[in-house]
Amino acid sequence: MSARLTAREITLRYGERVVSTRLSLDVPDGAFTAIVGPNACGKSTLLRALVRLLRPESGHVELDGREVGGYASKALAKQLGFLPQDPLAPDDIKVRQLVSRGRFPHQSLLALWSAQDEEAVAEAMASAGVADLGDRPVQELSGGQRQRVWMAMVLAQRTPYLLLDEPTSFLDITHQYQLLGLLARLRDEGRTVIAVLHDINQACRYADHLVAMRDGRVVAEGVPKDVVDAALIKDVFELPSVIVPDPVTGTPMVVPTLQGE
Amino acid sequence: MTAAGRASGPEVSGGPARTRRAFSPQLGLFVGGLVLLAVVAVLSMGVGARPVPPAEVVRALLDYQGTDDHVIVRDVRLPRSLLAVAVGAALAVAGALIQTLARNPLAEPGILGVTAGAGFAITVGSALGLAVGQAGELGFAIVGSVLAALLVAAVGRRSPLRLVLTGVALTAVLSGVALGMRLMLPDVFDTYRFWSVGSLAAREQAPLALPLTAIVVCLLGALLLSRALNALTLGENVAHTLGAGVGRVRGLALVLITVLCGAATAVAGPILFVGLIVPHLVRKPAAGSVPWLILYTMVLGPVLLLIADIGSRVLLPTGEVPVGIVTAFLGGPMLIWAVRRYGAGSL
Repeated sequence: MSARLTAREITLRYGERVVSTRLSLDVPDGAFTAIVGPNACGKSTLLRALVRLLRPESGHVELDGREVGGYASKALAKQLGFLPQDPLAPDDIKVRQLVSRGRFPHQSLLALWSAQDEEAVAEAMASAGVADLGDRPVQELSGGQRQRVWMAMVLAQRTPYLLLDEPTSFLDITHQYQLLGLLARLRDEGRTVIAVLHDINQACRYADHLVAMRDGRVVAEGVPKDVVDAALIKDVFELPSVIVPDPVTGTPMVVPTLQGE
Repeated sequence: MTAAGRASGPEVSGGPARTRRAFSPQLGLFVGGLVLLAVVAVLSMGVGARPVPPAEVVRALLDYQGTDDHVIVRDVRLPRSLLAVAVGAALAVAGALIQTLARNPLAEPGILGVTAGAGFAITVGSALGLAVGQAGELGFAIVGSVLAALLVAAVGRRSPLRLVLTGVALTAVLSGVALGMRLMLPDVFDTYRFWSVGSLAAREQAPLALPLTAIVVCLLGALLLSRALNALTLGENVAHTLGAGVGRVRGLALVLITVLCGAATAVAGPILFVGLIVPHLVRKPAAGSVPWLILYTMVLGPVLLLIADIGSRVLLPTGEVPVGIVTAFLGGPMLIWAVRRYGAGSL
């Protein structure tokens, strides 16, 4: 398993609050990595460190053996695409215009809008299933459509990496699975996908590589069926459960044994 | 993809020349704005104590014969109209930039303390007997606005909200102190009174080359920065990961706002409302695109100020109403109209 994107003994903190101490992670190339864990366990913070939104106090985040901090902004933006949990769309913006903004790292100060930009935007919109929404104001879309528009924006960036912070939150269950299916397809097309996911069963079903975190530490990582057992779920989520094979995919499925309070 | 979808084209970023489509409604609106600007400019050069018909104004500009009308148009009214164009564009673009940056449609360039800084400096300058004549006032106004902006930027640069709060606080302090000084010193009050109403009249004698050059440079800078500001409108996180160097973009935008607003305020006094209202009027057609927002405000700001300047010359049978007062009269109803039209949600 090769990994171009790695974190080496990084310590992450917001002001006084230390989130992670000496955390290490290899992100396997071309795979779907899901990061799971209870609320406030540091999953989003780790993601932020990987895309250079947060500078580690110590340790290194490296892409191709080079510290991400050493990359020029646009050079890094051509490698790592990121979607935060609750992105902000300007008022009145239309879908195509929002998707077009994903081309920013590929444009220079005076460059014209190129045929390549046009093609990337069209392809991203088709891939995310929003090709026929181009002229709709983003504000008027449903939550599921909006999330797909944001996906198209990141896809237009044409990065080998996609890092997504809880991309399925705010979506109903159908749209959740549609989005995860889209991510799996993007992985099949050769991209490396790293997503923070809330639902452990969805993570087990879709991820090639599962990273379970608690209190800022990586508790376990690996192929879901190798690492997920009742002991891990108890350890990470403090939830008593039994693990059964998912009747559809055979991947581990966590069934809580907790009833009532 | 629908046919209509293709016609609207991709986001045009950076300038009208970027449009590849034969037809773009946004480009059409921009050209329409330029035509309107030309018409209003010709009208403004014809209005005054000695009216000159529009055809004669055009002739004076294109085919100068040296008649009395031509002399008036060329030597008196053309500089004044150019000044109105520059000041209107500077204030409107500064308003578009600060509203984009602060994510607050009620922000206006004065919110950064620039206007109060200029007023304070002129008050202090004339109290010390140094801000004498237009050149002196101009110098003090520029220094005051730059110092105020530096202070606000130093304290509030961490977040847009802090920036706005710092600007408002500094404005309150500087205005209060300056007001106190003016109330105690009647001479100072007199000097300040003429500057503070905001006027384009009789400013022609001031050394305008420097502030006007600064305005033109900053307007170009705003266009060059507009694509990065587009990225910034998606929120700080996304802007970062799109590679838009958030700190640098924000810093550059602050410099542009300060210079634009400072230079405009220095040459024309505090003209309110232009920076607030113009970005609102073009927000819908700009549809979330900062480059278009800036291009539209760059054209519509001068239109509004030229109309106000025409009003300032014709409203009273004798003398002039200062243009700053006319813009306030125009701007108030326009703001109410904009709110009613687009709903308070746009505010």
